[in-house]
Amino acid sequence: MSAMIDFADVSKRYNGKDVLQNVDLHVAESEYLMVLGHNGAGKTTLMKLALGLAKPSNGEVRLLGENPLQILAMAHGHVGYLPENVSLYPNLTGREALNFYARLKGEPLSACDPLLERLGLASTAARRIATYSKGMRQRLGLAQALLGRPRVLFLDEPTSGLDPALRRDFYDLLGDLKHDGVTVFLSSHALSEIESFGDRLIILRQGHIAAGGTLDELRHATGLPVRLRLCVRPDLAQTTRIASELGPKVTVDEINGHTIDLSCSLADKMEVVRHIVRLDALVEDLDIEPPGLEEIYEYFSAAGQPQ
Amino acid sequence: MKTIVIIAAKELRDGFRNRWIFAAIVLLATLALVLALVGSAPVGAIKASPLNTTVASLSSLGVYLLPLIALMLSYNALVGEFEHGTMVLLLTYPAPRWQVVIGKFVGHLSILTLAIVIGYGLSGIGIALTGGADAQGWSAFAALIGSSILLGAIFISLGYLISSLTTDGNKAAGMAVGLWVLLVVMYDLALLGVLIADKGETISEQLFSWLMLINPTDAYRVFNLTMFQNVNVSAGLAGVGLKVGIGAMTSLIVMAVWCVAPLAATIYIFQHREV
Repeated sequence: MSAMIDFADVSKRYNGKDVLQNVDLHVAESEYLMVLGHNGAGKTTLMKLALGLAKPSNGEVRLLGENPLQILAMAHGHVGYLPENVSLYPNLTGREALNFYARLKGEPLSACDPLLERLGLASTAARRIATYSKGMRQRLGLAQALLGRPRVLFLDEPTSGLDPALRRDFYDLLGDLKHDGVTVFLSSHALSEIESFGDRLIILRQGHIAAGGTLDELRHATGLPVRLRLCVRPDLAQTTRIASELGPKVTVDEINGHTIDLSCSLADKMEVVRHIVRLDALVEDLDIEPPGLEEIYEYFSAAGQPQ
Repeated sequence: MKTIVIIAAKELRDGFRNRWIFAAIVLLATLALVLALVGSAPVGAIKASPLNTTVASLSSLGVYLLPLIALMLSYNALVGEFEHGTMVLLLTYPAPRWQVVIGKFVGHLSILTLAIVIGYGLSGIGIALTGGADAQGWSAFAALIGSSILLGAIFISLGYLISSLTTDGNKAAGMAVGLWVLLVVMYDLALLGVLIADKGETISEQLFSWLMLINPTDAYRVFNLTMFQNVNVSAGLAGVGLKVGIGAMTSLIVMAVWCVAPLAATIYIFQHREV
């Protein structure tokens, strides 16, 4: 698959401060890439470089195979961008603003109403943006990003300001776009939301890519343990004995009445599970919790971890 | 070209929405009407028609007011959009940066043109109704409107340059006020001070008139006075320009340069600006 976004050894310096250093990143067509990192880690700069809003100090950036700084106007028409805390013209109404952006993209104005409808703004489209709530502005921002059936979408903290129901709608919408082959480059702090969403994740730390891969790959790379919770039959007051029989590859974290909290390495997980299954008569329930994105993120974004 | 029209139309709509156009029209029309009415008082002694006097008065008024209105319209045009965050988004659209600047310029100039044509036009209608004008008066009045629009364009262009030079809207506002004071108020006074101190020893009348002409507001004055010799009675400092034969065309060229150069500089700076 061809690369829609390509960073080759890209560094960016602002006022003598390194914001990004030696970034190599290739985003394939219809891939969903989630970019994570603390504030100031370089997420927004990465997007701005890809969009041609800033020049790399070193290296080369390509968007749709072109230099984004010199990209043809037509190619930019294939790109949608939702900036963090999107700002739109407060004196215009929602519909006027969307019409303005549609005209700039060369889209027919008839494309606007279905988008307003889809994002739940049809009834408020005649109101000035100055009167919009943050969530409404965010939805209008998303509507303009979706104008013209973009091939690449850049979404910077897209769900900030949205309530839980709207967040769900937003991810449903992104799910639909996946079927259309849209490439998505999304940065977020909402780790639990994007955990099951992206094809691939990168974690930025102080301008470097600290880690990158699928969630499973990152999980294995951390070496963080899998947590298990065993519930022993209530009529058996032998929890401690059972815990001691689980073998050397298991660490018993806590015994609490009829439950035993255990952990083991990802590599040993299946062996431990098989062992537990053999205790069938003694065990009533088993929960397995692999390391979540929050733990993975914490692991890679903590200072001092290998890059 | 399409982008320019789209952005200009958006600025114009913004101008209507935030009452800018109405405020400017009301201001200019009120002052122009007052001048047209009051201006008929001294005409008896010097046998000038009310329109002649009004043109002289309006050009004197315009020198102060139009740069101020133009700078207020324009100083925030770029820096404001950067601060507000709308520029980041706009620049990801298929809109070349020079077209963004020109589009805004056309939009803002349209707002000012509307205000000038309607504001000054009302006083013209008032005078026409009272029958106080001749053909020469009308051509001077038309030249006044045209040159006033050009003066507005100059200060919109200068306002954009200020807007492109800073990342702080408050700083841009301060710079705009400073520029207005410098070009509209201080420049002539300083020049006069130099002339008095020099006592005509080193600064010839010729040099002095050219020093004066490099200020766009004086070029505007000279243009209007040369277009209409009768209004020479209130020529003031700009009368010097007439004596040394600086014509309307020279004034216009100076004004055109003042309009184009800051706009070109703005585009250059804006093209190279990182967001």
